[in-house]
Amino acid sequence: MSVVMRGRGIVPGVVEAEALVTSEGISGWGGIDSSNGTIVERRHELVGQSFTGKVLVFPSAKGSSGWSGHFQATRLMGTAPAAMVISVMTTKAALGAIVTRVPTVIAASPDPVETIRTGDIVRVDGDAGTVTIVSRAGGSAPVGS
Amino acid sequence: MYLTDEEKSMHAGDEGEAVAAAMDLLIRYGEALGAERLCETRNVAGTMTQPSPAKAKLFAEGGWAKSYAVINLDCDDDIDIPRMKVPTCQLQHGFGEEIQGLSAYPARNIELQADAESFFSARGVNVLATCTPYQVGNLPVRGEHCAWMESSAVVYCNSVLGARTNCEGAASTGAASLTGKIPYWGNHVPENRYANRLVRAETPIRSMQDWGMFGYFVGDAVQEDRPAITGELGQPIIDELKHFGAATATSGGVEIYHIPGITPEAPTLEAAFGGHRVPEAITYGAAERRKVYEALNSQGTSEDVDFILLGCPHASLTQLADIARLLDGKRLNPGTELWIMTPRALRSVADRNGYTAVIEAAGGRLLTDSCPAMSRTAPAGTRVFATDSAKQAHYLPAILGIEAWFGTLEECVSAALTGRWRGELAA
Repeated sequence: MSVVMRGRGIVPGVVEAEALVTSEGISGWGGIDSSNGTIVERRHELVGQSFTGKVLVFPSAKGSSGWSGHFQATRLMGTAPAAMVISVMTTKAALGAIVTRVPTVIAASPDPVETIRTGDIVRVDGDAGTVTIVSRAGGSAPVGS
Repeated sequence: MYLTDEEKSMHAGDEGEAVAAAMDLLIRYGEALGAERLCETRNVAGTMTQPSPAKAKLFAEGGWAKSYAVINLDCDDDIDIPRMKVPTCQLQHGFGEEIQGLSAYPARNIELQADAESFFSARGVNVLATCTPYQVGNLPVRGEHCAWMESSAVVYCNSVLGARTNCEGAASTGAASLTGKIPYWGNHVPENRYANRLVRAETPIRSMQDWGMFGYFVGDAVQEDRPAITGELGQPIIDELKHFGAATATSGGVEIYHIPGITPEAPTLEAAFGGHRVPEAITYGAAERRKVYEALNSQGTSEDVDFILLGCPHASLTQLADIARLLDGKRLNPGTELWIMTPRALRSVADRNGYTAVIEAAGGRLLTDSCPAMSRTAPAGTRVFATDSAKQAHYLPAILGIEAWFGTLEECVSAALTGRWRGELAA
């Protein structure tokens, strides 16, 4: 049995990829560089790390209203994450996920930020609104299996 | 989500492909949010003319119609873009010709933006070109449903004006402009506007710098929540609330706050909370104030300042008058640049009043439309900058990879005149 988190699927589609997890909110404008898909906010714990092709797991979309536009730009520039898992529903998170066009689950329980670890392989099902840990970082089976 | 017959008709294409695409985006967005319905708006503040690499690519593929379809409607079809259905303004965007020779800002961006301005002006977009539409004539009425972007404008609109908007994006405002609709969710719903956190100032908030720092503290403390603020506040002016709100939306995601006795939806503390229990206060005292100051000033080591940025959010006439008074008859340090950002409409008054002449005689630049953070540009060779804006001090180091100092207007002007940062926190 895998660890499953259930929430609200807001962009359909199913993706399985490596997770990049942060307990800190992510800014769009001034927070990411859409040309290379990295976090650039200086005081952010993920500064310098790339989210391209990963399942980006974070608590909230913070900062400027340019959030959706900057994540949309990652789609247009080919640097988008593979999926998004966001704890808190806001207009920035909802619109940003829609225009990034990647499977997205919001407000899942248990809290994905606490449950998923960076490097875990997770499956995000935007149709069912579920996030599943397929394997733990380092290849071990997920806790609870 | 419930749709009226009119909205279904729009979605079916009865008002054309662009309106249908706009309604489709609003439906996807409203359903993602869990909105029960849409509401009507006749006040949209969005962005279409700001140049970006992605937009330049789309423009090359299919002109501004293609750019609007993809970026402002999330639609890949080749569609014509009609006149905006409801009053719409362009917020801050890139720089115009005035930046040429001052920084390495690409000439191509200036050309693209001028071309976009023609296209969208012809479709009814008012090119206010400022992050502060409320300073130049876009003043929604209390209770009015708006669809605004720009976090500092959103928090001002909700909190100071009592109009209702969520923090929208390029696509939702683009769709609202063509339909006059936006999801009835979040700040549009009266119950969601009451305060749910209390922050009390136990140190006097009496200057622009104090309001900015207090805002930076409040945003960090409450994140996406809705604070009521009380304590040693005094009577704020518009510029102080402009800086306060911008800072709350920088360190956190505050979209509405209340100041009992001052802001329109909070005649009393109890009213701010809608009659619900008032929570225990988070306190902001001298130690917290010092900590915010140190956080904003932890991004620099060199005291040789080569760039001063004022006017984030865009400066008012009061601020321009203060800056002109401090610069009158003086000259900037050679090698130090001073840029002041203001809306073009206010720039024309500043020209008339002589503020511009005083600023330029000292060697400063009064610029419009944009800012270094929006346009990712600064004077060539800038390594260390200083500002009186908590928001710009937060964002610009990340965006441009430069060092930052945060202080008072007087300290910033002094640094412009001497090239040295001598800021310190007043007791």
